[in-house]
Amino acid sequence: MNPADYLQLLTALAPEVIVVCTALLVLAVDLLGLQGKPHSYRMSIAAGITTLGCAAAVVWMFINPTVGNWHGGMLVIDPLNKTVKAVLLLLTVLTAILSVDCKFTRHVGEYFALLLLATVGMMLLVSTEELLMIFASLELVSLTLYILVAFNKDSRQSAEAALKYFLFGGMSAAFLLFGFSLLYGLTGTTHVPKMAEKIFTIGADPLLTVALVMVVIGFGFKVAAVPFHLWAPDAYQGAPLPSAVFIASGSKVASFFVFAKVLLLGFSQLGWGDEEKATGGWIPLLSIIAAVSMVLGNLAAIKQTSVRRLLAYSAIAHAGYMLIGFLAPGGDAFGSLLFYVTTYALTTVGAFGVLGVVESQVGGDQLKDFAGLARRAPVLAWCLMVFLLSLAGIPPLAGFFGKFYLFAAALTNGAHNLPFLWLVILGIAMSCVSLYYYLQVLKQVFVVEADENARPLVVSSLSRVVVVLLAVVTVLLGCMPGWLLDTIHTAIGERSW
Amino acid sequence: MLAWTIYLSFAGALACLLTPRANPRATRAVALGTALAGLFCGLAGAIQFKPVNGLEVITRVRWIPALGIDFSLAADGISVTLVLLTGIAALAGVLFSWNVERRTNEFFAFFFALIGGVYGVFLSLDLFLLFVFYEIAIVPKYFLIAIWGSTRRDYAAMKLALYSFIGSGMVLIGMLAAYAVSGLASFDLQALAQHSFAPEFQRWAFPLVFVGFAILAGMWPFHTWAPTGHSAAPTAASMLLAGVVMKLGAYGCLRVAMTLFPEGLKMWQHELAALAVTGIVYGALVALVQKDFKFVIGYSSVSHMGFVLLGLVTLNEVGWSGAVLQMFSHGVIAGLLFAVVGRMVYDRTHTRDLDALEGMGLTRAMPFASVTFVIAGFASMGMPGFSGFIAELQVLIGAWQAFPKLALLAGVGIVIGVVYTLKTTATVFFSDKPAPAEPHDLDHPLEPITVPERLGAALLIFCTVVVGLHPRLLLDIIVPSFKSPLFDGLRKVAGL
Repeated sequence: MNPADYLQLLTALAPEVIVVCTALLVLAVDLLGLQGKPHSYRMSIAAGITTLGCAAAVVWMFINPTVGNWHGGMLVIDPLNKTVKAVLLLLTVLTAILSVDCKFTRHVGEYFALLLLATVGMMLLVSTEELLMIFASLELVSLTLYILVAFNKDSRQSAEAALKYFLFGGMSAAFLLFGFSLLYGLTGTTHVPKMAEKIFTIGADPLLTVALVMVVIGFGFKVAAVPFHLWAPDAYQGAPLPSAVFIASGSKVASFFVFAKVLLLGFSQLGWGDEEKATGGWIPLLSIIAAVSMVLGNLAAIKQTSVRRLLAYSAIAHAGYMLIGFLAPGGDAFGSLLFYVTTYALTTVGAFGVLGVVESQVGGDQLKDFAGLARRAPVLAWCLMVFLLSLAGIPPLAGFFGKFYLFAAALTNGAHNLPFLWLVILGIAMSCVSLYYYLQVLKQVFVVEADENARPLVVSSLSRVVVVLLAVVTVLLGCMPGWLLDTIHTAIGERSW
Repeated sequence: MLAWTIYLSFAGALACLLTPRANPRATRAVALGTALAGLFCGLAGAIQFKPVNGLEVITRVRWIPALGIDFSLAADGISVTLVLLTGIAALAGVLFSWNVERRTNEFFAFFFALIGGVYGVFLSLDLFLLFVFYEIAIVPKYFLIAIWGSTRRDYAAMKLALYSFIGSGMVLIGMLAAYAVSGLASFDLQALAQHSFAPEFQRWAFPLVFVGFAILAGMWPFHTWAPTGHSAAPTAASMLLAGVVMKLGAYGCLRVAMTLFPEGLKMWQHELAALAVTGIVYGALVALVQKDFKFVIGYSSVSHMGFVLLGLVTLNEVGWSGAVLQMFSHGVIAGLLFAVVGRMVYDRTHTRDLDALEGMGLTRAMPFASVTFVIAGFASMGMPGFSGFIAELQVLIGAWQAFPKLALLAGVGIVIGVVYTLKTTATVFFSDKPAPAEPHDLDHPLEPITVPERLGAALLIFCTVVVGLHPRLLLDIIVPSFKSPLFDGLRKVAGL
């Protein structure tokens, strides 16, 4: 490779490079210049640098129109993954800002550096079509997330959650790697589009099905779909708040995107399997996973008294909804999935933002800690209502349109016999269940009165701005879904499916 | 003009929320202004109403082109009638909640969010838009009952929310399936109504969507949310629930289920009529034995809404126009009944137990309330001269043509209606039972009826009498609506 190629590669990778540099910068600044300064000051500086770095990466991506494919799909830059990367960077910034108010560590520089490294992992994850790169960047994301979950060294829960997350994660990574190696053995390539062509000539094959199942297990863990969800409630509950936010938002977006890419791009021929050769496709497999995730997630959420666990189970349920998106035809699959996962991530960050304020001021995340929030922090209470109702799928909020588009897209696949009608019916029935438990939270907030000696909560202006902004975005994306939808559709439009 | 009812209501909700918590008078002023403005826009829209082919398109803007969703509002005579009803109910609701002192700003914010959603449903010509407005109305109901309600409010509020949400879920399934199967890539109601869906599809899609909407219209056996919800709700919310929210359901049945799947209606006509008549008779019988004043009215609502559903499934124009007229009429009358029970009686005596009320001598203590209730009772029984008479008569005529036996049974329901109304009136207001040794009203003199209450009652009585004496006022705009292209399929199936 000659130097000019390296230069070109560097230009293409510039956003990632910027983020890595930011990570190093944060680490250096905090270690060299800020030791001994007040905690909140260090946090603010670090969050500020993180924000600037991410903003610079986004700006670079949109100024520089580079589109292309390097080293046989190792690095692919197209409008679609640029959009996803912008979303990921936005989520990182939001997480960083929400971190400022949380006191869970003395190691400020390390924390932000790890956050940024996880972001780099996610960015690489979405911009590759190569199994090896997918695995390597997935590991980068996972390892940093394990550490982020364990970051609260004073809390046993945090350590327990991290260990659980790590053990499950390690196991699923092994499955994924095994699946990838089988695929390589069968097709002789690790490049996903080429692999798809090979699979087309091989046709249905039992070994291929094994590989497929392994891959689904590996990614199923990352997106917390049933039955690979067991780590999620503990990780959500034990992790420091910002780490939980990042797992629930950024990690979700990136994992779903790459999951969809591998399945829809690589296995497009193997959707329904082959009855003659007794091989299953991924469509029946995913519909079952989607169904049990929706049912189990929603039913288990009913019994929760901890709002973090409630959000964790609702995240499992939402993973089920998102899997329905995989069943839509062609570009609509990516369109509906991306719309859903983006709006879901933004809403969840908002809900966690409110949760963070309640935790730090009231002292817990139990349902009863939310009592009378409408009186104690009216703005946050109304924002929380927006987030939870959006998660429940009430119009005119973003979550409603997300579900609507997802269901409509799944139904238009093979419209005349409506193959996924049962799944859609189940999804809609389960969102009725979800309304019940979201209303339980909102009942505490709006209906139950706080203790007599409950004072108004002190909300830092930073958190308030983030939460209000996200609530506004949730409403706007619900009323005007066209904005995001058109962006996604234009980005998808330039690929052929 | 009509579209402004929606925008103004939502703006009013926001404005109410932003008024200071400590100043309920300001909130009330904003609320009254919003309600008046809404009613004014409705009236002005009704006067200027110029349908082309039975339909007046108000706005049509591309909204979400990717899915063929338009922001399109339109009105026919049915919508205009129901928009007027909503305006009246909103104004009366504000007048009868003049005494809400706790969290007034939030109360009226939820109130107008609900009203805005209701206006929106009645004016939508796009199925997606209609559904959005329909669901917007769910959440405010929950909070109105859960925060300001009375008996078993938690239970009633959650039950109402879940029933509504399940109903709308059924509608959502039907509408998504219709969207996918039609292949039109459009949610435009007119386009969907003119598409002929396969009979096999209509066979399951029609009952799904119809029942989904009819849950909110209080169709037996899915009516149980109604009595509990009505009784737990604060007065204004009961008035809205019975007055307009139940009409949302009936309107959805007519506007969506019936126009989209006319052949489905033909297939299920008899079953649905039987359910409607069961509702009429069952609601009336249960009302007869209630001990709680509000439950009597709650079950009477179920019974009267049965007439609406019966009229809808008759598949003839008399029945349809009777059903629409009954929606208006019941909206006004039920509002009035709940106002007397909830605001005038319960807020003052703090009991709704019929036995307890019997000994209070309420006629002497509150002559205005008793006169109002007598008038409302007569209207509710279907006395000629009030709107209920002409509406139920039309429904019965329509039903007689379609299913004579069931029409007879429905007639029996009317008779039972007379019995429970008279019985309740007699017990509460004209009891012979001597007042207890220490009359309740000596210790705590009941507050006099306030001006807003008088105005509200007068408004509702005026409406039921005017429509009762001159039903053509509404019928002249309702009947031509059935000629619009939306009803092409239905007319064909009905052989009209």
